[in-house]
Amino acid sequence: MPFMSLKFNLQKRVKLAQGLWMLYWLAVIVGIIIFSLGIFFKIELRKRSEIMDNNESHLVPNLLILLGMLSCGLNAFGGKLCHESLDPQKFSKMKPMLKPYMLLSCGFNALLLLLVLLCFLMQFAVYLTLAEGLKNAIRFYKDTDTPGRCFMKRTLDMTQIEFRCCGNNNFRDWFEVQWISNRYLDMSNDVVKDRVLSNVEGKYLMDSVPFSCCNPGSPRPCIQHHLTNNSAHYDYDHRIEELNIWNRGCHQAVFSYYSSIMNSIGALLICTIILEVRLHTGLHHRPLQPVGM
Amino acid sequence: MVVMKMKFPFEKRVKLAQGLWLLSWCATVAGATTFTLGCLLKTELRRRAEVMDNSDVHIVPNTLMIVGLASLGINYFASKICQDALDAGRFPRWKNFLKPYFAVSSFFTVLMLLAVIMSYAMKGSLESSLKAGLRNGIRFYKDTDTPGRCFQKQNIDRLQMEFQCCGNNDFRDWFEVQWISNRYLDFSSKEVKDRIKSNVDGRYLVDGVPFSCCNPSSPRPCIQNRLTNNSAHYNYDYQTEELNIYLRGCREALLNYYMGLMNTIGAGVLSIFLLQGSVLVSLRFLQTAMEAVAGNENTEIETEGYLLEKGVKETAMEYLNPVLTFLLLKNQVQEGTSDEAAPAAP
Repeated sequence: MPFMSLKFNLQKRVKLAQGLWMLYWLAVIVGIIIFSLGIFFKIELRKRSEIMDNNESHLVPNLLILLGMLSCGLNAFGGKLCHESLDPQKFSKMKPMLKPYMLLSCGFNALLLLLVLLCFLMQFAVYLTLAEGLKNAIRFYKDTDTPGRCFMKRTLDMTQIEFRCCGNNNFRDWFEVQWISNRYLDMSNDVVKDRVLSNVEGKYLMDSVPFSCCNPGSPRPCIQHHLTNNSAHYDYDHRIEELNIWNRGCHQAVFSYYSSIMNSIGALLICTIILEVRLHTGLHHRPLQPVGM
Repeated sequence: MVVMKMKFPFEKRVKLAQGLWLLSWCATVAGATTFTLGCLLKTELRRRAEVMDNSDVHIVPNTLMIVGLASLGINYFASKICQDALDAGRFPRWKNFLKPYFAVSSFFTVLMLLAVIMSYAMKGSLESSLKAGLRNGIRFYKDTDTPGRCFQKQNIDRLQMEFQCCGNNDFRDWFEVQWISNRYLDFSSKEVKDRIKSNVDGRYLVDGVPFSCCNPSSPRPCIQNRLTNNSAHYNYDYQTEELNIYLRGCREALLNYYMGLMNTIGAGVLSIFLLQGSVLVSLRFLQTAMEAVAGNENTEIETEGYLLEKGVKETAMEYLNPVLTFLLLKNQVQEGTSDEAAPAAP
């Protein structure tokens, strides 16, 4: 017994063919959009690969690029099939190609579904990579003379300025690392010697943050040094002074940015799957009786 | 004396009409592009309106927008005219319309060229506007509690970070103003009292700059306070430490940005001007070629087309005379009355 059989007269068949042809070209445009989104996502990941320890996974954007190209090709061929079904002679030539085409389309839809799942699941991988990467970035902030880490300071400063965030989870992450290189510390100075001796690993730790943590929207000129010392600044209480530096951690800020990109791509892919299924059920009904016979 | 006479056999007329139809639709798209470019420029200028003292430079995007809209109308009519041109029965109805049409079109095309010239000429005005605006911005940086100036600090900070610049001419502009508000100064401290007494106006001046002047590319954590004091920082020499803060002044940075934008837009508008000019010249040739056909039974004869019937000077006077007569009319009446009065006197 045929699966979902319907009755069609000539006019209805012509209208169906024309409607399907337009939908196929719409699907080609959607394929191009998916391809460009894949490229955009790949560029965004590469831009910030330094704060992700250079081992972020490019699986999702690569698959997006591949499926975008595949979608363009499949849907253009489908549109051609639709166009030729209006001419019975051409249609009989195309008929043997129909079955493999339908199988390919089913496989393509399955891949799309897999990609949607990946879009939502890979966010966990991004979350973990970011946590590790930012921790290392803060540790290597001072190593501007070490090859391979020369630009870590610049990258982290620009990230904190752009995403309006400070530190990994919050600004106190900066209190736990030495972010001023020994090249700029006067080791003969008593204050410096005291600080270095006061902790086990001999690190110069302070309750200060880099300038990129400063919030331009604060009414007060930026207080970035001696943050926990109320008497170091006039009219300052470090529990109340909220706006002077960014409160949000960069982990949360950057992750929410990537999460929103991946969620939007996932939503677009779901719409694409619905469109593709609609097209293939439409085409499935076409070959039962070609137009003109 | 006829300017630029050309012979037009029937096939050439047909080709001219068809080519002109296509060209006028391209020119319509170009007119829409001009309007969009004008909107873009205006948006960019308005984004930084807080650091500009006057809005004289807005005449460039305003002109571009007007010319863009006008060219949409001009090219629409051009396409309609050349569609009717090949039908000798329908062409004569455009006869009275064409003379004012060419006057208006030439005016707007010349206005397009003027807009491009103005975008280069307004550089001086833009520079002085930026100079005054930035000077005020730096002066009012500390006034975050004064209504109307609350966001000056945020704007200047964001500007310096985005354009990678510091101060008006350079970072020393910050040494000359008090950019830390009195609300955050401890007046019981000796150091603060000394600084305030040390200058005539009683201002708290420091040799420091705000954090937004800091250059993230510098290998060293930012030195923004006591810039001229070498002993205040370890291994620091004020003359050689170059990269720690931005050395460029914001006036220069903004001026370069806007002049670059206007140069790019000017180049685009110049090519659109050439396109529009060619549309008008082709339309003129088509009009004069078709006018010679009128009245003949055989519409496929060869005719002559020209640009101007009389010389350039006579044609200009022909168009300007109605305007001048309106203005001269008053003078003619006055001369008449004084002539009547003079013979009556003696």
